[in-house]
Amino acid sequence: MLKYIGKRLLISVITLLVILLILFLLLQLMPGSPFNDEKLSPEQVAQLKEKYGLDRPVIEQFFRYIVNMLRGDLGVSYSLSANTPITELLVNRFPITVQIGLASMIVGTFSGLVLGFLTAFFRNKVLNFIYGLFTLLGIAVPSYIFAMFFSYFLGYRVDMLPLLYDFRTPILSTVMPIMAMSFGVMSVIARFAKAEASDVMKSDYVLFAKCQGLPNGTVIMKYVLKNSLMPVITVVASLLVSLLTGSLVIERMFSVPGVGGLLTSAIDSNDYSVVIALSFIYSALYIVVMLLLDILYCIIDPRVRLGGRD
Amino acid sequence: MNNETAYIPVKEDFVLAPPELTRSAVKESIGGVKHETVRRFFSNKSSVLGVVIICLLVLLAIVGPYISGHSYDDQDLTRANLAPRVPVLASAGILDGSEAVPMTSGYITDNKYDELGLTNEYYLFGTDKLGRDMFARCFMGLRISLIIAFAATAINLLIGMNYGIISGYFGGVTDIIMQRIVDIIGSIPTLVVVTLLMLVLKPGMGSIMFALMLSGWFEMSLIARSEVLKVKQLEYVQAAKTMGAGHLHLIFREIVPNIVGKLVTQIMLSIPSAVFLEAFLSFVGLGMPAGTCSLGTLLSDGFANALLHPYKLIPPAIIMILLMVGCHLVAEGVKKATE
Repeated sequence: MLKYIGKRLLISVITLLVILLILFLLLQLMPGSPFNDEKLSPEQVAQLKEKYGLDRPVIEQFFRYIVNMLRGDLGVSYSLSANTPITELLVNRFPITVQIGLASMIVGTFSGLVLGFLTAFFRNKVLNFIYGLFTLLGIAVPSYIFAMFFSYFLGYRVDMLPLLYDFRTPILSTVMPIMAMSFGVMSVIARFAKAEASDVMKSDYVLFAKCQGLPNGTVIMKYVLKNSLMPVITVVASLLVSLLTGSLVIERMFSVPGVGGLLTSAIDSNDYSVVIALSFIYSALYIVVMLLLDILYCIIDPRVRLGGRD
Repeated sequence: MNNETAYIPVKEDFVLAPPELTRSAVKESIGGVKHETVRRFFSNKSSVLGVVIICLLVLLAIVGPYISGHSYDDQDLTRANLAPRVPVLASAGILDGSEAVPMTSGYITDNKYDELGLTNEYYLFGTDKLGRDMFARCFMGLRISLIIAFAATAINLLIGMNYGIISGYFGGVTDIIMQRIVDIIGSIPTLVVVTLLMLVLKPGMGSIMFALMLSGWFEMSLIARSEVLKVKQLEYVQAAKTMGAGHLHLIFREIVPNIVGKLVTQIMLSIPSAVFLEAFLSFVGLGMPAGTCSLGTLLSDGFANALLHPYKLIPPAIIMILLMVGCHLVAEGVKKATE
């Protein structure tokens, strides 16, 4: 197992370096330079370049860049908010994005589990229909279309919830984004939970438990739930990553002051240094989540650590 | 009991069957499997529904922009923001081109067609803020989105399938090296790849396709590889190998036909995700340039004034949902039929 984790760790580190290299090259390729001002004399430009270390060889710049990024110094924003360190821009935004992401994860997972397990336990027509409808909708309807309908009906026609993010009512303002984002999570979890629970219900040990005369409730709580929950947990982590993409659009729609909103407005105003810094953060987050997920998988499922060979 | 010596067969007792016979027998059994899979697919109501939806949408994407009588990019500012008006329903009072306009004191119903004297004009889905026909625009957008999705998926299939098959078929060091490359590429989030690429490239159809391709091929390759690993151990492949079949024959005649089902499922799932990503790019401001349209630009334009004119948002949203539902139903159907 240690060998497997070591291998995964190595791959993650290499990936991170590859991403840093790509981002660094992009920074070099991006049009324009911070010293485009005509008022600057050549000496002044040279002085500025020396100050920022841009006169050194590219290799040295690259290593300096890696060290800076890993130390958490993400560079400076140029046009969005001039000369502000990007870390400063992030401090207030990061918690909001994480809050919304986690809340939609929790809401989606919980409702998905309830829907999936109920459908698997009581195989009746009404539940099956609701399950079919919700899972199909959740998979087929992108979160931004949900967001549009929610904001039109709940936010505008009924006027129940604030249409745009309001600092005075932070909790009410995040209800609609969370609803829109948790729908997709719910349908994936519900499908997975139903499939797992149905498999476990058909297994020999559940049959055996029933034959021993255990009441149905005990069988479900002690055998079925416990054994079908584990695989579902592993899906949750991978969904967390897909929420990142969704949150970008959703945050823009409801003008939530989160990281996603920052990225979209940075794209709009061509603030490359912010886009690249955020790309680094997203990639790093993704890599860490994937690494943790694989390690978790390896602990839960012995086939991963013993096998792996074809 | 065993007094007589058992008969030992000699070489002359066996005759090779004439090649026509074996060939036809093989063909029959293969044809039977194919026929059976197709029959199972079409006996499933929901997969038939999926096929019908997709065919209908493709047909509308081809002819839709021409049947409304208005061009998709004809601007006429006097006819801006007209509500939908449908010929037969209009006389019944539904969808007759009137819309509720919000005022400070509540809503008033307003019919712009009457104000402009357009008694014989019908815009089925209404017009946008530049007076362009939304019906033609929706299906033009669907066409562009479908072209992007089909092209990106086709390239994904071509690259991903071959990569996966080579990796899985040859195994060993080839496989290890190829899989480490996929590991690294797969760990870069799609979102980041697509966003950065679009920043560097010029906005347009080609760049979107390229970005989708770069981020999508490795998923196809993972599926192709795992299927090849399963199939290559099976008896008939081993038999063909012992009979001296070459790599190309083994791959394309023995292995590929047996992994088609999984690949088709993956294709049907990557079309909606390509449409989804294209729409995402439009929302973020990196989509198709102004002047052209796609489902993504229509949706984001529709959202921009959804509160005043909700009818602009509904048609593209419904088209998008239908496309997603159709693709998922077909994917499920293929999965069930080939298992």
